[in-house]
Amino acid sequence: MKCQVCGVADASVHVKEVQNEQVTELHLCQKCAREKGYHSMLDQSKQALASQFVWMAENLFPEADAEMGQIQCAECGLKYSDLVQTGRLGCPLCYVHLEPQLKQIVRRVHGAVRHIGKAPGREGEVFEHRRHIQKLHEELARAIEREEYERAAAIRDELRSLDRHAGEEESEEA
Amino acid sequence: MSARAGDEAASRRHKETEMKLPVAEMLQASGKWFAQEGPLGDAILSTRVRLARNLSGHRFPTRALPEEQERLLTRAEQQLLPRIEEFSGARLHRVDGLSLLERHLLLERHLISHDLIGEGSGRAVLFAPDEAISVMVNEEDHFRLQALRAGFQLDACHAAASHVDDQLESYVEYAFSDNFGYLTACPTNVGTAMRASVLVHLPGLVLTKRVKKVISGISQVGFTVRGFYGEGTDVLGNFFQISNQVTLGEKESQILLNLERIVHQVLEYEERARDVLVKDAAAQVEDKVMRALGVLRHAQLLTSEEMIGLMSAVRLGTSLGLAGLPPAHTLSEILLFGQSAHLQAQAGGELGSAQRNARRAEFVRERLLETSSATGNQAPGQGARRDRNDE
Repeated sequence: MKCQVCGVADASVHVKEVQNEQVTELHLCQKCAREKGYHSMLDQSKQALASQFVWMAENLFPEADAEMGQIQCAECGLKYSDLVQTGRLGCPLCYVHLEPQLKQIVRRVHGAVRHIGKAPGREGEVFEHRRHIQKLHEELARAIEREEYERAAAIRDELRSLDRHAGEEESEEA
Repeated sequence: MSARAGDEAASRRHKETEMKLPVAEMLQASGKWFAQEGPLGDAILSTRVRLARNLSGHRFPTRALPEEQERLLTRAEQQLLPRIEEFSGARLHRVDGLSLLERHLLLERHLISHDLIGEGSGRAVLFAPDEAISVMVNEEDHFRLQALRAGFQLDACHAAASHVDDQLESYVEYAFSDNFGYLTACPTNVGTAMRASVLVHLPGLVLTKRVKKVISGISQVGFTVRGFYGEGTDVLGNFFQISNQVTLGEKESQILLNLERIVHQVLEYEERARDVLVKDAAAQVEDKVMRALGVLRHAQLLTSEEMIGLMSAVRLGTSLGLAGLPPAHTLSEILLFGQSAHLQAQAGGELGSAQRNARRAEFVRERLLETSSATGNQAPGQGARRDRNDE
């Protein structure tokens, strides 16, 4: 099917619009779709992302990219060309073995190459810490209920020292 | 109870025993997140935050062998997920053991993605009784943690998802790198691996033909707009899902703040569009709303698309403060329970499209009747405008 606007290129973008219960269908080529303002729809799909890579591989540096397509993850065997086709990686170590290529992609998608958000470890520890404190509080209540005052005092001391420790850490961070 | 209704109930009970999901419980709205009245609930149906997490030393599900997926799922089912407090007492459902109808029910509830509808083994979903927190195992990533809330609640959603994440993390080693952050199967999710989305109702912008401009503006600042069920789905009933596209290079809190600002901005545009509508075409808008209500109250056959479109018009009337209309959260509930898989689950088995349309119309009529008697049977369409603060 040819594009309804330019009538030259093949239509690859199909838009269905419902307005006042009237359905209109548009069949456009990529270029005309962009001009008509449907670029956000194009950019959204991961398929489109993958096809952008394909376009680059085919058009920009054909020899170099054919070579790049053969670069492989030593862990799971995924080739760069697989990533281009499916938009998916094979294993966490792909990020190590295909790092230079992925940096380019990540920069293009996210505009940055360095993560600055949440990280494992710290939160897990904090969570463990909170869980430990909660458990101690419960034990303290039980000890008092059973009138085991020596044990209660020991738990209270432990809670106090944990509290002090947390306070020191916070001031270090500040 | 009539003989027919009795037979149907018996057949439903019989068929329910064949269903693996707790369908009867799921068809009760009370206690679920969507039965709540959320902040800005008129314009915003729901907020969702999803975190993708993978285990170090394991191939991503799309490239893993079936037995690898099965091993990971068994470990998740037996050792990991039962230790998470939000899921205590909840049962994990293997997707390949569910009927197509049950999968569609989960899809309509936003508990599984389109990817999980099709064939594939080793994949599962687990959700808390209120469905506000859930996890998909072996979808595109090993774990997809999801928090859902009614209305606009980005921080609450993020805190809820993050709480599950913290617990899971204390039992496993996540695939993480200092540069790339949380490693995901698709490089578009890497970094925070967090996708926050807000489902907004924008009839004003659609009616005044300004929505395309707004969408194009949103997509230029690192956010995307999608249809009702997320990626690759149609825009139905003027509902748009706005979500962050960028997942790396910004902290979670910053991404959420940016999204919050964008949504507020969009709501402001929507408000202005509604002002234009009310100023230039108050009678036409009211006519559209009341005609929609009339059709919903009396139709004998309703397709899903028609229902969603008409419900959107009624919702516009509710948020404009027109008298005698159901509250927004009731409309959201009808919208959910009037969808195909919900109607069929209620009926106890698959229905043909003609039967579905008849049942949908009957369901909508009954629910609207209940609501109008509950709200004191105000006569609609008198042009009376409630003070918006009264809601």
